[in-house]
Amino acid sequence: MCLAVPGRVVALGERDGTSMAEVDFGGVRKEVCLQYIPDAAVGEYVIVHVGFAIQRLDEQSARESLAAFARMGLLAEELAGEGPRTGPSDPIEEAIR
Amino acid sequence: MRYLEEFGDPALADRLLEQIHTVTTRPWAIMEVCGGQTHSLIRHGIDQLLPASVEMIHGPGCPVCVTPLEVIDRALEIASRPGVIFCSFGDMLRVPGSGRDLFQVKSTGADVRVVYSPLDALAIARQNPERQVVFFGIGFETTAPANAMTVYQARRQGVRNFSLLVSHVLVPPAIAAIMEAPACRVQAFLAAGHVCSVMGTGQYPDLVRRYRVPIVVTGFEPLDLLEGIRRTVTQLETGRYELDNAYPRAVPAEGNPAAVAMLHEVFAVTDRSWRGIGMIPGSGWRLTEAYRDFDAEARFAVSDLHTVESTECRSGEVLQGLIKPHECAAFGTRCTPRTPLGATMVSAEGACAAYYRYRRLNPHAMSPPARAVTVGGAAHV
Repeated sequence: MCLAVPGRVVALGERDGTSMAEVDFGGVRKEVCLQYIPDAAVGEYVIVHVGFAIQRLDEQSARESLAAFARMGLLAEELAGEGPRTGPSDPIEEAIR
Repeated sequence: MRYLEEFGDPALADRLLEQIHTVTTRPWAIMEVCGGQTHSLIRHGIDQLLPASVEMIHGPGCPVCVTPLEVIDRALEIASRPGVIFCSFGDMLRVPGSGRDLFQVKSTGADVRVVYSPLDALAIARQNPERQVVFFGIGFETTAPANAMTVYQARRQGVRNFSLLVSHVLVPPAIAAIMEAPACRVQAFLAAGHVCSVMGTGQYPDLVRRYRVPIVVTGFEPLDLLEGIRRTVTQLETGRYELDNAYPRAVPAEGNPAAVAMLHEVFAVTDRSWRGIGMIPGSGWRLTEAYRDFDAEARFAVSDLHTVESTECRSGEVLQGLIKPHECAAFGTRCTPRTPLGATMVSAEGACAAYYRYRRLNPHAMSPPARAVTVGGAAHV
């Protein structure tokens, strides 16, 4: 029930005195209430729950998180004289065993 | 879809898993509060990829599951009345009341409608001025702002034939109740990310200090969950207990002040019963006096409710993390999504539904997942 999905604001509008936006979810577009993120601009990502934008998605923070994950473990591997592991199945198989 | 695929990247998931395996030296029990996180963990097989000594305990964060039987019965009674259009999120329709559910009431001629947003219910009210339109207002802090705005708009627009049947619940008092329970095994919490998107993180430092328990705000995609678990285990292994935010792209510390202001305009904190758990003080919202005219409970007097709970269903123990779904004798046999005994088998966020859907049928045969961490589809709570 509490699905919340990021979508991109493609148009701003108003209905019955309420600030609304057209939001694109990977090709599917929906009308979303923008009263809680009133300064969202076209092109920005918002997190949408039951037809309401509840938060802005911080794209810079998202990129930083992904970069931090990518760096993770690299230092230890370099110190141990190993290259980064590239086979995606190895550690998972180890974990299963 | 952007920012869903990226946070399901299998190669990065491997890195995070490797880190978790490296830092883990002892057994730990971590509760993910939110049912959306439970589903994501089970769907992607993350719980089975973790070190065997890290146990994920599934929390009560499924609003459909914890809506009290008395409220479900009240909804069934109101929905059955002539002239009423009863609107609800779809998940509620199959939740068993005392002997029947909203779907059955609908099949006997009641006008029960599934809506995507509470604003859709308000639009139905405007289009049907001669009918009474009731919206079933359930959910955690994530959903409450949408329902609050809808009631606010109903009052502003003078839509007198609209009302809300309120059964909102709150996460922080539930965390306190879990920690106070004598049988509590939980050593750390993954806090529900989207609840914090609305409320911010200000309510958690007090819980962290009071119970000396790490709380890590966590998202819903595979990498989000793994990072939340990694940070939690790291705290546990080093004897720390802190509030940490592993979902910063969606959770600023202050949350959403406009939404919180609207919540305080429309709702006031109240004691609330949780199905399967019992009364938790200060754990819900009710409409304030200014919005009492829009309270369906006041508008439709319902008396003579005699609730009858299934004697076989152990969803209360599941919701408190005391047993796993497949430890219930009825699981997968007498209780399935088609014939649910309890709400945890119905909801898209219920732990029993997750175990059934992803074939965790036997507690003794922990088979490896069919495939490794997969790309995420959608995020919850």
